[in-house]
Amino acid sequence: MRHHFRVGHPIHRLPDQAGTSTSVLTVEDALGAVQSALVLGGTSEIALAVIDRLAADRCRRVVLAARDTAGAAAAAEHLRAAGVETTDVIEFDAADISRHPALIETVFAEHGDFDLVLLAFGVLGDQATFDRDPVAAANAVTVNYVGAVSTGLSVAQELRRQGHGTLVVLSSVAAERPRKTNFVYGSSKAGLDAFAQGLGDALEGTGAHVLVVRPGFVKTRMTAGLPPQPFSTTPAAVADAVVQGLARKRHTVWAPPILRWVFALLRHLPRPLWRLISAR
Amino acid sequence: MSPDRPDYPRLTLAGWGRTNPTGAWLARVHCPDDLVRALTHAPERGVIARGLGRSYGDASQNAGGLVIDSTGAAQFLLDPDTGVVTASAGASIQAILEGIVPYGFFVPVTPGTRFVTVGGAIASDIHGKNHHRAGSWCDHVLSFRLALPDGSVLDVDRDRHPKVFWATAGGMGLTGVITEATFRCYPIETSRLLVDTDRTRDLDHAIELMAGGDDAYDYSVAWIDLLARGRFMGRSVLTRGRFARREELPPALRTHPLAYEGRQLANVPPVFPSGLLNPWSVRLFNEFWYRKAPACRRGEIQDIPTFFHPLDMIGNWNLIYGPRGFIQWQCVVPEDAVETLRDIVRQLSDAGCTSFLAVLKRFGPGNEGHLSFPIAGWTLSLDIPVGDPRLATLLDRLDEQVAAEGGRIYLAKDSRLRRELLEVMYPRLDEWRRIRDTLDPNRLLRSDLGRRLGLCPD
Repeated sequence: MRHHFRVGHPIHRLPDQAGTSTSVLTVEDALGAVQSALVLGGTSEIALAVIDRLAADRCRRVVLAARDTAGAAAAAEHLRAAGVETTDVIEFDAADISRHPALIETVFAEHGDFDLVLLAFGVLGDQATFDRDPVAAANAVTVNYVGAVSTGLSVAQELRRQGHGTLVVLSSVAAERPRKTNFVYGSSKAGLDAFAQGLGDALEGTGAHVLVVRPGFVKTRMTAGLPPQPFSTTPAAVADAVVQGLARKRHTVWAPPILRWVFALLRHLPRPLWRLISAR
Repeated sequence: MSPDRPDYPRLTLAGWGRTNPTGAWLARVHCPDDLVRALTHAPERGVIARGLGRSYGDASQNAGGLVIDSTGAAQFLLDPDTGVVTASAGASIQAILEGIVPYGFFVPVTPGTRFVTVGGAIASDIHGKNHHRAGSWCDHVLSFRLALPDGSVLDVDRDRHPKVFWATAGGMGLTGVITEATFRCYPIETSRLLVDTDRTRDLDHAIELMAGGDDAYDYSVAWIDLLARGRFMGRSVLTRGRFARREELPPALRTHPLAYEGRQLANVPPVFPSGLLNPWSVRLFNEFWYRKAPACRRGEIQDIPTFFHPLDMIGNWNLIYGPRGFIQWQCVVPEDAVETLRDIVRQLSDAGCTSFLAVLKRFGPGNEGHLSFPIAGWTLSLDIPVGDPRLATLLDRLDEQVAAEGGRIYLAKDSRLRRELLEVMYPRLDEWRRIRDTLDPNRLLRSDLGRRLGLCPD
């Protein structure tokens, strides 16, 4: 005698399958460790400091995309010494917008998945120069914002396709409120920041994720010669904050973290007061 | 996907720990033909089977690829003369128990949850409280049917096809999609257990009781308080038991000795915040749990859910860790590595590791599965909420200690192991890879776990 049980009904009474929610963010490993990274703006001191930390953990494959390929090659050598197994350097011009989609597609096709993409290119420029030379100002905005839109959307397509991965976008506290002393830069970062936030929301539920990083004044080549600002920080400190943000699956990281609260206040100051404070 | 493929929905899937969801197409198949069709139309990013999603990490996810869920097509057949059950891969232990317990049979092995499927049980070669006597799930499997990405279907018999059989046992679903399996179940006279409970002073006391007395019990496991320090380090509540015979039941229970009901008392609401499980709340819970247990009790009658599946009484209990999720870490070290075990417990307790579901168990000998987890020795399993920045370094260090002792990490729970350690922990990995390559030469069977650990292409 054989008993034949058909148990379709009990199966349907089972609790919901685990984890079909879309509320949780992702990186490749449960604790935020990544194994492969693509850096757009491959000579950025902040980006390289981030990769340095990730290399000490599990990051083994890095592609640096930069205009200055010689500088990027030197950085790649340093990364290999830090534990990265394979590095590659490719030529990348943030202002050459029409080439971005093909370039990003090729990088992913040739190198496989990336757990992390760092969007780290940008120029600070000098407001006084911009005031005299509007075309130079527009070119800076093209690099900081327009180039980020074309690469960001191309990267998003790839991350959506691969179903995982984090795009880290280096924004700035300057995006929070424009200052008369660098409002061209500030406005480009404000555009970038809004773009990155929106992209992050659009990617929710695809397995891909966007982390917006808002550093304050960072002492780097970019800011060399400028008067230091309150709450200034270093690439190493920003990198620490980014790595921690990845591990804790944040949408936004401020560096130093106190700037979140400082700018919560500053952005609501009356204009005359803000003009006074931000004049330096 | 191209139009000649079924238009499967795209969604995010995560493991039970909810730590890293990824996007994939999900094919819910309802018959073997459907399954084979989904498998042969796998996209270039490959395909993996998924059961009830109880593996903690990323074993049943396939970012950007296809995930096949066959839990909707579950059925099984019991031969009451021999106890042999043939079940489709999507059948859960819960469904099987509801069917077979009233006929006086019990599954050969059950983990701490009954919401696992037969397919998943083979792919992870799951173990339970009876490992020291009965081994793991695949020790009781006679044969299974394996569908391959090229559309072929193999009937794999443990004696006639040992290579494929043992590469699939614990093979994490990367050797093919199991569609059904035949395994032995064992007779029971009643659905109740006679349970002995011992509260131990510390870890050494627990080890001593388990090493000395486990062989007298069919089932044995210790809950361990990882927050206790100093001379209380590793204090545990040891529960051991066996199924009761009919005459051992109190008269009131004898009228329906094989009654079984998989109860669920409550459900966790989906809006639980992160951080509710913190060192203070967990310390409080552990203190309560330890003190609630009797110092020594013999012959208590417990039913199947209470003894085997206490966590299943709370539906979606994984949500209590909040949206950030949690990690399960389970290692095994050889029997003579008690010193390492002690050291691991000490490091976890020194770190104030916020774990309230830590379990210690003595394994019997392992089997021939290339990637099967159990080996003779001590296994420690714990859950930790994600968030503590020191966690990654601590666990990396523990992994290395485990590997150095010839121990290993359980892949069904892993979500963060360092890739380089895998070959040290599973020395038969190359042999496994060769068999996998004959079954799936195009390496279409892929999962996030496989990608992360280098078991399949990046």
